[in-house]
Amino acid sequence: MSNKTTTRRGILRGALAGSAAAIAGRAAANPDPLITETQDWAIYTGDPVDATPYGLPIRFEADVIRRNVPWLTADPISSINFTPIHALDGTITPQGCAFERHHSGAIELAKENYRLMINGLVDQPLVFTYEDLERFPRENHVYFCECAANTGMEWAGAQLNGVQFTHGMIHNMEYTGIPLRALLNEAGLGAAGDLADKWVYVEGADASSNGRSIPMEKALDDVLVAFKANGEALRKEHGYPVRLVVPGWEGNLWVKWLRRIEVTDMAVESREETSKYTDVLADGTARKWTWVMDAKSVITSPSPQQPITHGTGPLVITGLAWSGHGQITRVDVSKDGGMSWETARLGRQGDSKALTRFYLDTEWNGEPWLLQARAIDETGYVQPTKDQLRDVRGENSVYHNNGIQTWALAADGRAENVEVS
Amino acid sequence: MSKFPNSSLAISAAGGTALLLGVAYGVSTNGYGEDRIATLQTSLDEARAAFTAQSAETGDLEAALGDLKAATVAQMAELRAAAAQQAESAERQIAALQAQLQSVPSGAAQPTAEPMTAESGQPLNLGRAALPEEIAAWDVDVLPDGRGLPGGSGDVLTGEEVFTEKCASCHGDFAEGRDNWPVLAGGFDTLADEDPVKTVGSYWPYLSTVWDYVHRSMPFGNAGTLSDDEVYAITAYILFSNDVVDEDFTLSQATFSNVTLGNVDGFVVDDRDEVEYAQWHAEPCMANCKATAATITRKSTDVGVTPADDGSMAESFMEQQLAALGGVEWGKERVAGSVHMGEGGVAEDEPVAQVANAEAPVAIKDADAPDPALMAAGEKAFRRCKSCHSVGEGARNKTGPHLNGVLGRTIGGLDGFRYSNAFQSAADAGQVWDNESLAAFLANPKAYLQGTKMSFAGLKSEADIEAVTEYLRSFGG
Repeated sequence: MSNKTTTRRGILRGALAGSAAAIAGRAAANPDPLITETQDWAIYTGDPVDATPYGLPIRFEADVIRRNVPWLTADPISSINFTPIHALDGTITPQGCAFERHHSGAIELAKENYRLMINGLVDQPLVFTYEDLERFPRENHVYFCECAANTGMEWAGAQLNGVQFTHGMIHNMEYTGIPLRALLNEAGLGAAGDLADKWVYVEGADASSNGRSIPMEKALDDVLVAFKANGEALRKEHGYPVRLVVPGWEGNLWVKWLRRIEVTDMAVESREETSKYTDVLADGTARKWTWVMDAKSVITSPSPQQPITHGTGPLVITGLAWSGHGQITRVDVSKDGGMSWETARLGRQGDSKALTRFYLDTEWNGEPWLLQARAIDETGYVQPTKDQLRDVRGENSVYHNNGIQTWALAADGRAENVEVS
Repeated sequence: MSKFPNSSLAISAAGGTALLLGVAYGVSTNGYGEDRIATLQTSLDEARAAFTAQSAETGDLEAALGDLKAATVAQMAELRAAAAQQAESAERQIAALQAQLQSVPSGAAQPTAEPMTAESGQPLNLGRAALPEEIAAWDVDVLPDGRGLPGGSGDVLTGEEVFTEKCASCHGDFAEGRDNWPVLAGGFDTLADEDPVKTVGSYWPYLSTVWDYVHRSMPFGNAGTLSDDEVYAITAYILFSNDVVDEDFTLSQATFSNVTLGNVDGFVVDDRDEVEYAQWHAEPCMANCKATAATITRKSTDVGVTPADDGSMAESFMEQQLAALGGVEWGKERVAGSVHMGEGGVAEDEPVAQVANAEAPVAIKDADAPDPALMAAGEKAFRRCKSCHSVGEGARNKTGPHLNGVLGRTIGGLDGFRYSNAFQSAADAGQVWDNESLAAFLANPKAYLQGTKMSFAGLKSEADIEAVTEYLRSFGG
C-alpha cells in the first residue's frame, strides 16, 4: 500500500527522529531476572513428542475460546456461539474456535454412514458415498462464513460489550471440496430444461433437516461441496463429513451434514427462508432471499476485550474486513467517530469473499478516541453507518447488520462498544 | 418424482445438461436446433410436393396438408424459441466464463486448468442410481403449491389433542409460546410495530412451510416421528389458533389450496441493489465528514448484558438490569422491546434488542382509581393474556376478543368476533360476565365453558384472578 501515513519508511523516519528520547525512556532500573537468572525451562526437559497426539493451544491461551450468550436462545441445542476474533490475527480461523450454529445440535455422522442424494429435475437421480466424492476433481478456496444474524443484537443500539459478541458469528477457512456443478453434471440437468428459473434445494441430515433453496445460477457458479477445512477434516460442529460452502452468502445456506440436493422449478420456501432469515422493514413488509452478505469491517484490537495495556506510544490498530460481493479493496479507520479517516494497510491483498486483515500502525498519546473502520469492496460498495442502515430499514430487522462499529477508547486504554452522533 | 410430472420438455432433448457445462457445446446445441428446423422444413417441402401431386385426387388431402403445415409451423416456432433460449443461455455462459477468467489474478495460486467436469461436461460415472424407495424416504419437502403433500388428513379438534400432547410443552397450549420458544399464533398487525410478533398467522407466507417443517423437524428432540395424519391435524390446529380456519376444518391435499395465510403478500425479493447500493457507492469522505464532532449517544455498558469471561455472570447481569426495570423475570416473560434470538427446537436467530428500552407501563393514579398495587399486579398477570387479548385505547379483536368493558358484557356477546359454540350458547342463554363468572372462567376455562377455543390452562392463584379482574374493570364495565 502506498498511503502516506502508514508506509514503513514513514514509521522508520518517525522512530529515528525520536530516538534520543526513546533510548532514555527505555532504560531499566534493575536487571531482568528472566534474563539474569536461569529459568526452569532452560534447565529441565520439556514434553516428549506425542505428549499430545493432536495438539491444543498452550494453557496460557485458554481464554481464546468460543463463547455463548446464554440469554439469547431458549436452548443451547438450537443456538449459536461466537469466534474469539478479538484474540486472533491473520485471516484463517482455526476450526477449534470457529463459531458454531446448530438448529438441532451437532450430530455424529461417520463417513461410512454418509450418503448424498441428488434428485428432482435431473436426468438420473444419484446416490454418492463419501468415497465417491473424493474421486471428483477437487479445488481449494478460502471463504468467510458469516451468520446473517451477526451483529443482529445491535440493531436497536449498542448492547454487547465485546467484538467477539458483536461480530463473532464469522469464520474464515480454506476449504477443499468439489464444485456443486460437477455433481449436478453427473446427474444431468437436461431434465431441468431452461435453467434460468430453476433452483437447487439443499438439505442437512440432522434432525432440524435445515434446508434452503439456492438459485441455479449460484449453484453452477462457485458453490462447493466441501469435506476439508484448513487442511483437515471438517469438525463435527461444522458438518463433518460434508458441508456446503456458499461463498459470500449468509451462513444458514451453508448446510451442514449435507445429505440431499434437489433440483426444483421453484423455491421450496422452507421455514428458514420464510419465517426466519427474512428482514422485516419499518413498514412491516419483509425482504426475502437476502442472501449476499454486504461489505463489513470491524476493529478487533483495541476493542472491549482487547484494551491497550502498554501505555502511550506506538500502537497497532487491527481488524477484519470482508464482502460477499468480492474482494476488499480498501479499509479506512477513523479515530474521531467518523469525522476524519485514514486508509489502513491490508495485511495482504484479500481473496474474494474471504476475510481480509487490515492494520493501522499509529501513535496513541492517551487521548480518548472513537474508533471506527469502514470497508470498501471491489464493486465500490462503501460500508454504511448504522444510522444509514436504520434510515432505510428501520429497527425491526434482525439480520444483515453491516453498519460501522464504534469503540470508545478511554484514557486508561479500555474500549467500550458505543454508538455516536 | 411426483413433484415434477411434466419435466420432459422439448428443450431437454437438445442437450440442456451440456449447455451449462461448456460454451462450445452450448453453441452446438443451438446449431442442433437449427438442423431440426431445417429437417422439418425439408419434410414440409416434401409433404407439400407429395400432396400437390395427389391434390387432384382428393380435396381431403388439401385439408390434411393445411393441418400438417400448421402443426409443422408450430413445431418450428417452438424449436426456434428453444434455440433462442439456448443461445441466450450460451451467451450468459460465455459472459460468466469471461468474467471468471478476468477474476483470476495473473500469477496467483489458482488452478490453471478448470476441473474436468466443468471443462468437458463429461460425467465420471460416479455414484449409483437412487432407488425410488430411497427418494421417497428422503424427498419429503412440500412446495408452496402443495406438490409433495402425501395423502391423509387431520381436523382441528384432533390437532388440539395432538398439539397439547406433543407441542404445548414448548409452544404453549394455544401456540402462544413458552419462555423463549416460538410463538405460533397471534401477533396480527404487529409487523410494523417496535416489537413485531412473527407467527404463522402474522408472518408466515405459505401453508406448505408449516406442514413441511412440522413434518420434518418437529417435535424438537423427536423429529420426523409424527404420522402424516398427525401433521395434518397439528397444522389444522395451528391454522385455527390463528383464526385462519373454523373449528370444524379438516386439512388434506383437497383442502390445502383453499387456505391462504394472511402475510402471503408481505414479502419483497431482496431489493438492496436498487434501494441501498446506489447511495453507498459514493466516494467516501475523508476529512470534515460531520458538521459537529461525534459524541457518544449510546453505551453498551448501560445495558450490561455481556457475559463475563467465565460466562457465569450473564444471568445475574440480566437480573440486575431487569430488576432495575421493574422486576420482569427474564425468560419467563417476554420483555417489551426485546426480540428473542432463539427457541430451541426451531432454530431462530432473533437476537435480543436493547433491553434498556424496556419500561413497564405505569398505572395512572387518580382519585377514583382502584388500588394501584392491585392494578399493577393485575397488569403483570395479564401479560399472559396479552398475546391474544387487547385492552385500552385502540384495543381490537386478535386471537381472542378485545376485553374493554368485558365486565357486564354478555358472554360471547361482542359483535364481529367468531366465538366457539360454547360461547354462542352462553350468549343465547343471556349469561353475563361478572366477578363470579369471570373468576370461575379464569380459574379453569375449559371446565367453565366446555368447548372454548381458548386453551389457556387458567390462572392458579386467586390473587392473580382478583388482580386481573380489577385490571379489566379499569377498562370499563
